[in-house]
Amino acid sequence: MAEVLVVVEASGGTVKKVSLEMLTMARALGTPSAVVFGDAAGLADKLGEFGAEKVYVASGDDVESYLVAPKATVLAQLVKDVQPAAVLLGSTQEGKEIAGRLAVKLDNGVLTDVSALEPDGTATQVIFAGSAIVKSKILGGIPIVTVRPNSLTPVAAPVTPAVSNLDVAVGDADRLAKVVERVAEAKGARPELTEASIVVSGGRGVGSAENFKLVEELADLLGAAVGASRAATDSGFYPHAFQVGQTGKTVSPQLYVALGISGAIQHRAGMQTSKTIVAVNKDAEAPIFELADFGVVGDLFQVVPQAAEEIRKRK
Amino acid sequence: MKIVVLVKQVPDSGAERNLRAEDNTVDRASANNVINEMDEYALEEALRIQEAHGGSTVTVLTMGPERATESIRKALSMGPDGAVHVLDDALSGTDALGTSKVLAAALKRLEPDLVLCGAESTDARGQVLPHMLAERLGVAALTGARKLTVDGSQLTIERQTEEGYEVVTAATPAIVSVWDTINEPRYPSFKGIMAAKKKPVETLTLADLGVSADEAGWAGALTTVASHAKRPPRSAGVKVTDDGEGGTKLVEFLVSEKFV
Ligand SMILES: Cc1cc2nc3c(=O)[nH]c(=O)nc-3n(C[C@H](O)[C@H](O)[C@H](O)COP(=O)(O)OP(=O)(O)OC[C@H]3O[C@@H](n4cnc5c(N)ncnc54)[C@H](O)[C@@H]3O)c2cc1C
Ligand SMILES: Nc1ncnc2c1ncn2[C@@H]1O[C@H](COP(=O)(O)O)[C@@H](O)[C@H]1O
Repeated sequence: MAEVLVVVEASGGTVKKVSLEMLTMARALGTPSAVVFGDAAGLADKLGEFGAEKVYVASGDDVESYLVAPKATVLAQLVKDVQPAAVLLGSTQEGKEIAGRLAVKLDNGVLTDVSALEPDGTATQVIFAGSAIVKSKILGGIPIVTVRPNSLTPVAAPVTPAVSNLDVAVGDADRLAKVVERVAEAKGARPELTEASIVVSGGRGVGSAENFKLVEELADLLGAAVGASRAATDSGFYPHAFQVGQTGKTVSPQLYVALGISGAIQHRAGMQTSKTIVAVNKDAEAPIFELADFGVVGDLFQVVPQAAEEIRKRK
Repeated sequence: MKIVVLVKQVPDSGAERNLRAEDNTVDRASANNVINEMDEYALEEALRIQEAHGGSTVTVLTMGPERATESIRKALSMGPDGAVHVLDDALSGTDALGTSKVLAAALKRLEPDLVLCGAESTDARGQVLPHMLAERLGVAALTGARKLTVDGSQLTIERQTEEGYEVVTAATPAIVSVWDTINEPRYPSFKGIMAAKKKPVETLTLADLGVSADEAGWAGALTTVASHAKRPPRSAGVKVTDDGEGGTKLVEFLVSEKFV
């Protein structure tokens, strides 16, 4: 069976969940091979656990100090060498950007935000704020697709991967955008927004940055990530990086809890595909209730502390 | 500095959007068509750079059907000097890769020092175009900027990442894509709206750009949408009114669904 290249997303020495999802998806299409950009130390075991028969590593200054372009060059060479059945990347900013460059280099179509890929190359995409599903296909080339996080459940299939280093042969055109600094911003122990299986979000109804502690408290009790509506991020209640919606992150968790969020169409665009939706809003007519599996019409300052207390009791 | 801003017309994301039954393309006829939101931020950033750097020009570049003219005039009313509209019947059905081919050809002709665009469009949500263009043109791409500093020919951006942000630099010529965190776009003034009516809009066809008709549109597309369906709308579930036990009931639901 042909190889399927999976471009690994990792952070701080840990493989991100979307990579395990992609390896699981890849197994239905061919033999999964993982591609790691940067330091691969400690990643190979995890990748093998989810079926990566090979792990290709490309590291060094040329790969790590410039934006995207060198990665696409290395990947394009690998594609030419191994003629894979498909190339899967995460539907993240960088994953999409590498995919875009790869598509130009190979003169091959590209599909983003794919939630399922069939062996014949048919891809499923949920579009327009979750209101439509399309089946798309790449014509006459290999499927180069970016995979939306949380589209499937990762299943282990342990193998011992063969790890090899790739030649990094990049040109001057790949060294035009130099990363001169990487700044870590305060990030607690919470799971990452797009990967979390539970997300608790707050909106304008939360009222202030101070009050977001209430959202965080419930999130921590549920082991959830914290999200926010645009009204909340624009008002400075919570950092922009946590915005859910059309101009923020798209999340697809098992459970989405919306606190003091009205459910505007642009917010729904980012959370509509969540498995289960729970909402607390004091306005019984708020549109969020149209999609909530369980809604509480009430004041979040009453309902949330009581819920937190109840969870503590049950633990 | 010669600045070109990429502006795409998209169906308003605040209203219902549909695909056409006959060819699975975006139904633009029934939609309220607007400037892609992120592109307004790119326009604003271009105008601020122009204000800070004397002698700069700002040109809007759009590829799109006839009706995209409305969005071009709207963009011009914010302040740019003129626009280029790539308009050709053979463009219908163009995919992302084809769009990048056409826009790259137009940019080669315009020879800008700086191209500003949105980080993504609300209809395609591709986030692929800026790097596709950079790849074709052999220029730097600084993408996903939440801040841009211009110092002569040196550009520096802050790019939001999952962990925090990266500081990335490049020299012009370059493409910079922006998020809505970068600025607050201005509203067109009455004077701006009047002035926009007289600003030059150059129309270019594929032939003008030296792109053959089979490299774009349906003929050139390397992806196809085979079918589409409305996703069944989510139905409302249980709604309870808090009578003093709302929090407890919420947790009971979470327990019944095994989240607690
Ligand atoms: C182009 C464009 C892109 C956009 N992108 C996004 C996006 O990515 N993400 C996003 O979220 N929005 C986005 N928006 C904005 C969107 O249209 C809404 O304005 C926004 O989602 C509203 O946020 P909200 O629900 O928190 O605030 P509001 O709509 O003001 O709702 C607040 C809700 O809180 C309730 N409430 C108030 N106090 C309490 C209380 N004590 N207890 C319980 N409930 C209470 C109110 O009843 C109300 O329903 C976008 C808009 C545009 C035009
Ligand atoms: N047809 C088009 N005409 C002009 N600019 C475009 C067009 N399509 C995309 N763009 C630009 O590319 C950006 C990213 O688009 P996308 O890759 O489709 O998400 C948009 O915000 C626009 O600035």
